[in-house]
Amino acid sequence: MSQASATPPDHPQPQSLNELFWAFTWLALQGFGGVLAVVQRELVDKKRWLTREQFIEDWAVAQVLPGPNVVNLCLMIGDRSFGVRGGLTALAGMLTFPLLIVLVLAYLALGSSHTGQLQDALRGMGAVAAGMIVATGLKLLPALKKNVIPALACTGMIAITFVAIAILRLPLIWVLLVLGGLTSVWAHRLLARAEEERTA
Amino acid sequence: MSITLTPSDWLALLGQFLTLSLLAVGGAITTVPDMHRFLVDERHWLLDNQFNASIALAQAAPGPNVLFVALLGWNVGLNAAGGALSGAATWISAALGMLITLAGILLPSTTLTFVATRWAHQNRDRRAVRAFKQGMAPIVIGLLLATGWVLTTNLGTSLQHWPLWLLAAVSAVVVWRTKVHLLWLLGAGGLLGWFGWV
Repeated sequence: MSQASATPPDHPQPQSLNELFWAFTWLALQGFGGVLAVVQRELVDKKRWLTREQFIEDWAVAQVLPGPNVVNLCLMIGDRSFGVRGGLTALAGMLTFPLLIVLVLAYLALGSSHTGQLQDALRGMGAVAAGMIVATGLKLLPALKKNVIPALACTGMIAITFVAIAILRLPLIWVLLVLGGLTSVWAHRLLARAEEERTA
Repeated sequence: MSITLTPSDWLALLGQFLTLSLLAVGGAITTVPDMHRFLVDERHWLLDNQFNASIALAQAAPGPNVLFVALLGWNVGLNAAGGALSGAATWISAALGMLITLAGILLPSTTLTFVATRWAHQNRDRRAVRAFKQGMAPIVIGLLLATGWVLTTNLGTSLQHWPLWLLAAVSAVVVWRTKVHLLWLLGAGGLLGWFGWV
């Protein structure tokens, strides 16, 4: 069993579907401009339901699968503790209250007189949300220490991915397939070599 | 705006979102151009400004961005009932539209996620599965940094936008290095924007 998939003893799990539902409701309600940064802060840093490594793994899978990424992520986290019921409970928590808020906002937006100022406020919150996502990436860096790929090469791959998406604006699917494919094949070789050395 | 939807139109709406669900690699937002083509250009079920407002509102509200899909369905249902909320029939029509688009975008991808996660968990000792997870890790981190960059540049790239850039950079360092509650930072960003300082 790989280290990252096992749940270490200091990582508690949600005790009930109820706890799961409200945890994800709370996550979603904090997530202005995206929920990902909040998931990392609440579930990895605070509640410790997930290790950094598990979070990266789950997020990688959630990215590759079609569908809303954060929805995929919450399905996987809920599924880990309570199976399909857990996944659907986490999803319900993630969607129910935000959905009600969006509908109320849509209703109110028809008659607001401060739309310009509201947009400025939203832009300010957008800048903070962007910074939060960068911080999420930075906080995951220590998880690479356990990676089979050498640290220098990891740094190089981070830089290439950044340039491909942020500067060249290449389509995400190609970046994932080509870069992710290459590093996965490489990791496969390194793992194979490590196992041979261990058995030799 | 007032439109008429037959039962087969409702089915077409469901079918469209069921298909888009499996194409939405990288999130539902990547299928926005196709939704626009279908709902606004082809079927004329939504006005352009209704489409744009649905996306902007869902982005601004807390919660996953996929909720814009629910708002699109809500507005289609509303248009089918005459275009304004008045009486139970319009509420039901709008709610039906919302359920159809949301179920459509979520059902296929959710099913696939459960199946794929199960498979990956049962085969977690396979070298291929471990190699995939470890190989993807640096890519995922690079993606997060890039996403923050793209979101910031979307707010404005000219030099006069430097306060927004500074705000994003300061937020990144504060969230990285401290345990300050995220809502305080968002509130501060909102206030700075409201008073026109960024």
